[in-house]
Amino acid sequence: MWEFLIPLFAATVQSGTPILYATLGEMLTEKGGVLNLGVEGMMALAALAAFWTSLVTGSPWLGFVAGGCAGMLLASLHAFVCISCLGNQVVSGLALTILGGGLTHFLGVPYVGLAAPGFDPFDFPLLSQIPGVGEIFFKHDMLVYLSFIIPFLFWFFFRRTSLGLHVAATGEMPAAAAAVGLKPIRLRYFAVIAGGFLVGLGGAYLSLAYTHLWTNGLSGGRGWIAVALVIFAFWRPGRAVAGAYLFGGVMAFQLRLQAAGTHLPSSLLLMLPYLLTILVLILSAWRGRRIDAPAALGTNIEPEG
Amino acid sequence: MLKIRKRDEPWKWGALVVFLGALLFSLAVSGLLLEGQGKDAIYGLTVLWQGSFGSLWSLEDVLLKAIPLFLCSLGVAVAFRMQLWNIGAEGQFALGAIGATWMALSFPDLPRFVLLPLMFVMAFILGGAWALIPAFLKLKLRVNEIISTLMLNYIAILLLDYLVFGVWKDPASFGFPMTPEFTEGAIIPGIGGSRVHWGIFFCVAVGVGLWAFMRFTRLGFELKASGEGARVARYAKIRYGMLVLFVMGLSGGFAGWAGCVETSAILNRLQPSLMVGYGYTAIVVAWLARLEPLNIAFASFLLAALRVGVENMQLKLQIPAAFGTIMEGVILLTVLAGQFFLTYKLVRKPRQE
Repeated sequence: MWEFLIPLFAATVQSGTPILYATLGEMLTEKGGVLNLGVEGMMALAALAAFWTSLVTGSPWLGFVAGGCAGMLLASLHAFVCISCLGNQVVSGLALTILGGGLTHFLGVPYVGLAAPGFDPFDFPLLSQIPGVGEIFFKHDMLVYLSFIIPFLFWFFFRRTSLGLHVAATGEMPAAAAAVGLKPIRLRYFAVIAGGFLVGLGGAYLSLAYTHLWTNGLSGGRGWIAVALVIFAFWRPGRAVAGAYLFGGVMAFQLRLQAAGTHLPSSLLLMLPYLLTILVLILSAWRGRRIDAPAALGTNIEPEG
Repeated sequence: MLKIRKRDEPWKWGALVVFLGALLFSLAVSGLLLEGQGKDAIYGLTVLWQGSFGSLWSLEDVLLKAIPLFLCSLGVAVAFRMQLWNIGAEGQFALGAIGATWMALSFPDLPRFVLLPLMFVMAFILGGAWALIPAFLKLKLRVNEIISTLMLNYIAILLLDYLVFGVWKDPASFGFPMTPEFTEGAIIPGIGGSRVHWGIFFCVAVGVGLWAFMRFTRLGFELKASGEGARVARYAKIRYGMLVLFVMGLSGGFAGWAGCVETSAILNRLQPSLMVGYGYTAIVVAWLARLEPLNIAFASFLLAALRVGVENMQLKLQIPAAFGTIMEGVILLTVLAGQFFLTYKLVRKPRQE
């Protein structure tokens, strides 16, 4: 039993990590009052940027940062269209997904099937010796360990720093925030672009650690899962971790079932994460906590005059 | 210094100017992308133009692709008008194709005038039902329809795969995932000697029907009113829940019809290559057309032309089909940004001493 479960849980942590980065990125964006549905396209482009950079420079760390920057680049387009030009946030996010997916397929053609230097798992000193827990959480690559810290940073940022409080104020009541002398426009730009960086890191994880190979369609709906998880998590980082690992678990489980050669057709197995996303949304609605959403989420700030 | 001012009256030709500007901008961006790949941009864009409008053959292709785009976009627009973000046209399209195939394979010997209507009815029912799932979830459980419709796209495509790899697979297909070819009664015929089929008249009928429905019926009026805003809707005592179900069903049914037309007239069977992203392009079309049926006809024609032109570029310049997707994304983003100038203008602000 444990021989089966412990590797499954370890795989859960690994497949949950890119979703965790992306969920926290989208959560940061939404905390500032902007809905960004472009996560799927941003992750895809970031995965390619990370892969390409690592291939050319030989440094996976540079690749990781490049992934974040690609996420930022697309996010800043969204920020410009929605915050400065008052474009519809839903449609702009969809356009971003279309654009990001297109760019990735277009630019990625020469690299399909190639391998780039990435992050390999290593035993974390001391902690990996803990029975059970060590094998599940501390025999991964560096980016997984990094992802353990980010939810705490996220929590600290919104609870203990003035910038975090200001961003949250802009997401709740931009007019009131402006009245007390804050700059809602700038704060929203910050939230969208910084969130884009985190989403990009999630994309980078896919091509640098999850696989070391370039293939098309790496993001595979993970961006949309992240958007759903923000709702499931009631905009709280702790619940985002739970949600990301839940999906990681289902994806890992489904891969194992396929590898074990069950009689279930693979197309039905592949439906599992998408069905679970809908289920998770039903569960979060059933708890009836819509009030946790930033009050001004999805609405643009009209200019005066 | 420039200052933002609200326009006193709407900019008359603004929407057209913004649209043409966006088109030019996306051409410029795609030219740059071509240069970045070491290809001649001017030559590339000429190939694009000739591919779309250069010959009668390509014009036929454009019309053929405009048909499913038009039906899907009409569905998307009906829902968007009510602020229902149905981005599941792709999945509803797949379900429509599945419904049509189901009828075509079950009753292969029926005459055309019975079988084709049967296929259209089943495509509408399945496409509409697929859209009713998120509608119910939204009404009963307040589940966000953006995500549920999108997830159902993934599920629908996998369902289609499951069918053509499994129960519906043609035993004579040498292992290829496809159903047997439809019988003659299940195929929409071409008009005269051309490749363009009768589906184009079906589009006209659906478009005019929708326009008349919105204009002359009480339900159509309620739809328009509830699109104006929840407050107006409440004032007019509109049954919101019923409207949501009706609109989503209609929206999914239209996309289902597109799937039916595409399987019957173009592929003559069900196979995974049916799914080429019409459902997503339809969102671009609907928004570019500002959700108006007549504009949707023009915009579907234009984006169909873009798809056909890019196919020509694929052949002659060896670039991936994603080139067209990039252009769609850029056009949509630019139009969104440009719509700012429809309500606002920039005026010179006198320097304050």
